[in-house]
Formats: sequence, structure tokens, C-alpha cells
Amino acid sequence: MQGYILKRILIAMFTIFAVLTVVFFIFRLGPADPVAVMLPPNATPQDAENLTKKFGLDQPLMVQYTNYLKNAFKGDFGTSFRFNEPALKVLFERFPATLQLGLVAFVISVLVGLSVGIISAVKPDSFIDRIGRLVALAGMSLPSFWVGVMLILFFGVTLRWLPIAGKGTLAHYIMPSFCMSLYPIALITRLSRSSMLDALKSDYVVMARIKGVPEFYVILVHAFKNASIPVLTVIFGIFSGLIVGSAVVVEYIFSWPGIGRLVMESYFARDYPVVQVFVIFVTFVVVTMNLIVDIIYAYIDPRIRYQ
Amino acid sequence: MHTNNDNLLELQDLKVSFFTKQGEVKAVDGVSFSVGKEEIVGLVGESGCGKSVTSLSIMRLVPQPAGKIVSGRILFKNEDLMTKSEDQMRQLRGDRISMILQDPMVAMNQLLTVGEQLGEPFRFHDKVKGSLRDMCIALLGKVKVPAPESRVDDYPFQFSGGMSQRALIAMGIANNPDLLIADEPTTALDVSIAAQVLKLMKEIQKETRSSIILITHDLATVAQICTRVLVMYAGRIVENATIKNFYKKPAHPYSKGLIQSVPVLGRPVERLFSIDGQPPSLFEMPEGCRFSPRCSRAEKICFESYPPEIMLEDNHSVACWLYAGN
Repeated sequence: MQGYILKRILIAMFTIFAVLTVVFFIFRLGPADPVAVMLPPNATPQDAENLTKKFGLDQPLMVQYTNYLKNAFKGDFGTSFRFNEPALKVLFERFPATLQLGLVAFVISVLVGLSVGIISAVKPDSFIDRIGRLVALAGMSLPSFWVGVMLILFFGVTLRWLPIAGKGTLAHYIMPSFCMSLYPIALITRLSRSSMLDALKSDYVVMARIKGVPEFYVILVHAFKNASIPVLTVIFGIFSGLIVGSAVVVEYIFSWPGIGRLVMESYFARDYPVVQVFVIFVTFVVVTMNLIVDIIYAYIDPRIRYQ
Repeated sequence: MHTNNDNLLELQDLKVSFFTKQGEVKAVDGVSFSVGKEEIVGLVGESGCGKSVTSLSIMRLVPQPAGKIVSGRILFKNEDLMTKSEDQMRQLRGDRISMILQDPMVAMNQLLTVGEQLGEPFRFHDKVKGSLRDMCIALLGKVKVPAPESRVDDYPFQFSGGMSQRALIAMGIANNPDLLIADEPTTALDVSIAAQVLKLMKEIQKETRSSIILITHDLATVAQICTRVLVMYAGRIVENATIKNFYKKPAHPYSKGLIQSVPVLGRPVERLFSIDGQPPSLFEMPEGCRFSPRCSRAEKICFESYPPEIMLEDNHSVACWLYAGN
């Protein structure tokens, strides 16, 4: 068990290191010269040289790389050109808004997805199953940028029921969180339905019924425990996905003051340190989530625990 | 059909179908038999002949939603189980009627300890007296699992095949059921372990005085522990005989074929005997006797209508036109 977790942690650390490296080289391979971007249009060649020196860009690539790693280890990911503040600090100032929206969408996705998935599997072809399958199909197919715009058009502009942008009241959460949770709901519903169907067909479920185990216990303990293994990966994957992927699109549409919108703005303003720290932060979140999933697996499945 | 009230179980014209997209599959088509108290009855037949479905029907656990008991009566202690509610059935399952599945590796939940699974028949039938753990340990000891005190906390994957099967038997016998259905309990085991498991089952039956229905396709297993044999073919019982009659004077051509197919030690043969042809497709049953297309002694009538159950003597009946004249 300890060996297993230690191995996972080492793999996680290696992944983060690999991404740091890739990010470093990709940003330096890009065509845009950061110095030219930072300088005002009337700057002299002398200014450019000074700035190049200041950021250490005149040094060999490998030296820059080691310095970059050293700084990254200390939590220094450069300074935002736009805000003239540490990039990480800029990111963290905007992160709580993303986390709040992400958590709301996450909780909705898990609650709705799991319950619809389980009920559908227990009662296939029932009313809930049919509706669930329809919603899952829609959720998988409709892109969130389109759903977001349609929501704004219908509930915001036509009906004037909900605020269309910004963050403030509880009502501000409704449209963005619905928009963000549509795809995860579809994913969790479909996966938990199919895993539960498989589990409910298995011999250990028949055996539990033979023993006279009550049906709710058969479903929630015997079947669900087994079905939860594949579902968990998706659930935690979704949590990172929500904070990363959906946030960029949904926050931009609904002008939500989170890191998704920040990274879009920074990208258009060529504020590379912020974009760079966003990519690294996202990696960190994804890797941490995967690490948590691996540890939960070991907790659920004794075959992993006793490896 | 001999009916007496001492029967523990009596099936009357049981019909079970699966409704699939291709059509209705009559897996069990009019099965009647009875099991007496303390009797060990072997139910033999090829794969897919309806043995397992018959036994699941007795517990009203036919796979849902495709499977359905279409008609028939299942009398257990003279009460028709078809009229019981789901909750009444649940109370019977694992308490008065129990079953052992064939593959212990998949019949046990890999994510729960053996002890947790052993304890369920006690927990859910309010039979816990004192420590549940101690009851599970005693139960494991009863089926001769070594070191039950430590083994009770193991997970199924830490058990060998033979030990898993013992644990599964333990789950079946936890509450000393009146009727134990064993669905090929030795199929997944090697020969020497299988023999031990059979011996164990016989010992337990003697001690608990329960009745056993042993489902198998292995005639050697039947010979070892059964008192009576039911031969099933394509969803019907074709012969019902005492173990002695079955081996000495099998009546149905299918039974004869089955017995001939068993190789005998010390009697070398060029080629093993086999019954020609395949069992009929469940979608397209022959009009008359289901065995007629494969039967070397089939006559005109065999292809036209299904033979009635004919009593040859006490405790020996056969469904075959060959005996209709006598």
C-alpha cells in the first residue's frame, strides 16, 4: 500500500516536471518575441537590450532553463506584463471565483449524473431511463459555447429572468453552472448507467440476492461499489476538466471573473507569464486529482491495496 | 406424477421464457418434479438445457427484465412460491432455500471480505447471536477452511479456487436451509478438490438434514452423491429415475446416450461414444419430442407430438413414445 502510494506520488512529480519542461520550450519556440511585446512602440534598441538582459534572455537556453526550474521550485513563475505583479499571484487572485463556480457545477454533475445513472440501470427502459438517455445524448452533443449563448438569449434577454454576466448573487450562478455541468452530467450518467448494468448482471449480485440481501443493499453496496471504480476516474477527471476546460469558455461567455477569463484576456494581451502559469497550474490540478483517484482506488479495491 | 405431502418441493408444469428481440425463448417448457425431504436429487443435462434457469426460478430469481416465469406452480412446503410477495421471497432466500453458484471467482464480490459476505445470511435474516465475526469463523470452520480466524478477514482473491468454493458453500448453508440448490459446484475445480467438496457437501447434508438439488453435467458426480436423477433436455424433463435404475436400466434414448458417452476406466475404446447432432435451437423447437432429430429410434409419432410422462415403475418415469405401448 505505502509502496503503491509512493510510486504514484513519484509518477505525479515526474509528470509535473515534464510539463514544466515542455511549457518552457514551447513558449520559447513561439514566434513572438516577448521583449518586443512588452516594450512600448517608441522604445529604443537600447531599451530592448536592457530588458533582454533583465529577463536573462541573452543567456544560453540551458542556463535559462535551469534558472526557470529553480524559480518555479520557489513558486516564482515570472511577472505579469499587464499587472506588473507575480503571475502566480495574479492567477490566485482570480482562482476562488473559478473554484466556486467549478464546485457548484461539480456537485450538480455528480448528484444528477450518479442518481440518474443508477436509477436508469436499476430500471432500464423506465421513464427516467428514457429521459436520462435523451439528456445524456443532448449533453454530449451540444457545445457549451452554443448552450451558453442560447441560455443568455432566452433566459437573459427574452425572459429577463436571470442576470447574463458577472458574479454577485446566487442567481448569477444558475446559467454558468448549468452550462458547465451539462456535459459532465451526460458523461457521468452514461458511464454510471453502463457500469451499474454490468455490475447488476454479475454473479456476485445474484449470489447476494440468493442470500436474501435486501435489494437496496444489493444495489448500493454490492453493485455500486464495483461500478464506482470506472466512474470515479471520470468524476475526478471532470473536476479538473471543469476548472480548466469549461472555465475558459463558460467564464468568457458569462464574464465570470475567474482564471478562465483571465487566461483568455492574457492571451489576447500577450501576457505570456500568466498564460504559462495557468498551464502549469492546470497540470498541477489534473495531476493532483489523478493522484487522489489512485489513492481512492487502493482504498476501494483490495486487489490494488495488497499489491 | 407422484404427489405426496411429504415433498419439500414440487414443481408443477413450470414454464420460463426469455423475451428477446429475436423472439421468445422457452428456456423451461413444462417442467414438473418433486424433491423429498433429505433427498439429494441430481439434475443433469447439456449446457443450455434449462437446468440453471429452473433452479433460479425456484428462488424466483430469473434474470430480469428479459426472463419471466410464464406459468406453473412452485410448491415449497406446500405453499405456492408464485403467490409470495418479493419481500416474503427475500425472507426465504438464504434462509429456507439457498443456492451455490458454479464459479466462486465471480460469485463472490471481490471488494468485500469473505467474512462480510459470509455474515450477510445471518445479518439479513436476524440470526445474529453474539458476535457476527465468531459466527462467520465457525461457519468457515464447518466447511473446513484452514485457519478460519485469520481467513475471515481475507478478500476473495486471496483464496484458492477450492477454498473459494468452500466459502461459497458456507454462504449457502449458513442458516441450515431446507433446500440447497448446488449449480455445478465442482465444475470450476480440479478433480481432487472436486471430490473433497462433494464429500463435504454430503457430510453437511447428513448433519443439517436438508434436501439438495445438484445441477451438473457430470454423471460421475451424480453417481457419487445423488439418490435420484432428473434428466433434462431442451427445457423438459425426459427421465426421472432412482440412481440405481438410471445406471442399470436407463429408459430414454438420451439417457442411454449420456451413460454410453462416459469413458470407463480399463476399457479402452478407439473413439468415445457421442450422441449425433446438436441440441435444438431454443428459437426453433421440433414439433414433437425435442430429442427426435438426434434419436436413432425415432418413429413417426416422435416427430409429431410430445410424448407423455410414462411411469415405468415406482420412482421411474420417462417421456418417450417407445414406452407408450406398455
